[in-house]
Amino acid sequence: MNIMNLVNALPGAVAQGLIWGIMAIGVYITFRILDIADMTVDGTLCTGAAVCIMMMQSGQNVWISMAVAIVAGMMAGLMTGLLHTFMGIPAILSGILTQLGLYSINLKIMGKANQAINVDKFDLLVSLRYIKNVSFFENTIFIVAAVIVLLILVLYWFFGTELGCSLRATGCNDKMARAQGINTDFSRVLALMLANGLVALAGSMLGQYQGFADINMGRGAIVIGLAAIIIGEAVFGKVFRNFGFKLLGAVLGSIIYYFVLQIVIWLGIDTDLLKLLSAVVVAIFLAVPYWKGRYFSKPVKRGGNH
Amino acid sequence: MLELRNIYKTFNAGTINEKRALKNVSLTLEDGDFVTVIGGNGAGKSTMLNAIAGVWPVDEGQIIIDGQDVTKLPEHKRAALLGRVFQDPMNGTAATMGIEENLALALRRGQSRTLRAGIKGNEREAYKKLLSTLGLGLEDRLTSKVGLLSGGQRQALTLLMATLKKPKLLLLDEHTAALDPKTAAKVLETTDMIVNRDRLTTLMITHNMKDAIMHGNRLIMMMDGNIILDIRGEEKKKLTVEDLLRKFEEVSGEQFASDKALLG
Repeated sequence: MNIMNLVNALPGAVAQGLIWGIMAIGVYITFRILDIADMTVDGTLCTGAAVCIMMMQSGQNVWISMAVAIVAGMMAGLMTGLLHTFMGIPAILSGILTQLGLYSINLKIMGKANQAINVDKFDLLVSLRYIKNVSFFENTIFIVAAVIVLLILVLYWFFGTELGCSLRATGCNDKMARAQGINTDFSRVLALMLANGLVALAGSMLGQYQGFADINMGRGAIVIGLAAIIIGEAVFGKVFRNFGFKLLGAVLGSIIYYFVLQIVIWLGIDTDLLKLLSAVVVAIFLAVPYWKGRYFSKPVKRGGNH
Repeated sequence: MLELRNIYKTFNAGTINEKRALKNVSLTLEDGDFVTVIGGNGAGKSTMLNAIAGVWPVDEGQIIIDGQDVTKLPEHKRAALLGRVFQDPMNGTAATMGIEENLALALRRGQSRTLRAGIKGNEREAYKKLLSTLGLGLEDRLTSKVGLLSGGQRQALTLLMATLKKPKLLLLDEHTAALDPKTAAKVLETTDMIVNRDRLTTLMITHNMKDAIMHGNRLIMMMDGNIILDIRGEEKKKLTVEDLLRKFEEVSGEQFASDKALLG
């Protein structure tokens, strides 16, 4: 248990945490703004990676490959949205159906269960090889951080527009939203597309980072996204009130998650148990607000007679 | 302004829970009519309002608002013509959004939502002025989350939102029923103020006979999915609770059973 092993692993943890942070932002849009736990993302993450890597293997530029990956992710979100709104299937089940369908689609995209991409042969944007001994502006941590800052700025602007406000109103109170003339079905579909586009972007970066896309890479992704959100809220909830900072909180939560993961690995815990550990941690964190309300609530006097 | 032609609606058709909620309801509202609607539980009052608002499609009949046949329009499209306030104060506003953001959403009712700013700086002054007419001090809390407001404050705000863009028809679905008597009276006062100021055509459901008599220029009573009484003009002005009860017994042949409607 050499402490230097842990220290050496930390930059990698930051890079991974940041990439998963993009995915956490996507999950934030569905889980916190739309009030839906979107199970699609488990499939979309792999779709993003698979599309990006297959396009690059066929000689496409990294930017175009990532852009197409985002579009593919949005199509997955569109599918879930249509299952939910047009076909009236409950949101969770819609996500599960799309996710299951994506398993086959991802296999067809890749042709087999995994596809590698060699960092020496292709001009990758991010890679685990670009963390040490590269110039600052080529460093994966810098690049992903810059992408995140840009994303947060764009999303902050978007959710302040008329259209963005109508999405927020739909998630908060859809009866009110319809009474104010908002097409709540359209809002839901749009938010799901936006979220899954972001998750596919995260997938395309994760695929490059680890040098391969794998059919199972998205398994439990929703849980990691939720973990990042609730860790972020638990740690920074008191200081991060602004919407943009809340998104940043989810990203930082994701980094913390990967830090803890590295420590757990360093401590020598059986890595087979990691997913179980994640599930338990998320379950407990999700239960805390419920328990607080049920068992520790003090009677609160509501203000005013009016 | 509003015309309902032979509206039918049955819930859970063909099951043991089948409920024929509206049976051949026809109603015409003139421009500027303020109609109060009373009736016992299950009479079809809320069902009628929901039919107008387009919460679900009706089985038969035609709904015309301001000359436009809206029978087949979805709820969010009809919203361009309607202002609505619900019984539950939680239903009319978005709790996690600020007061000004809620008003800004309402200002854009009937418009397509674009990528322009969700709220413009110059709107705030207008909102402040409007909120100050409520006398609740909300004009100093523009950015407060609506979830922090009391039920009465939320209903007053919902009223403002429903009428911010002048609706062709204002639908009030027992909007004071969930409030304490003092607050209910205040919200009703605000309702009168706004309806008179903007000369709004209004349908107001209430459980309270006195309120139904005191407000508006016309009163209808529903029972069992039908409109059984329609009182207007001078007759409405002179109406008392006793008159109303007697009329009810004449028309329906039974005693008016609801204590709540009497005493409410």
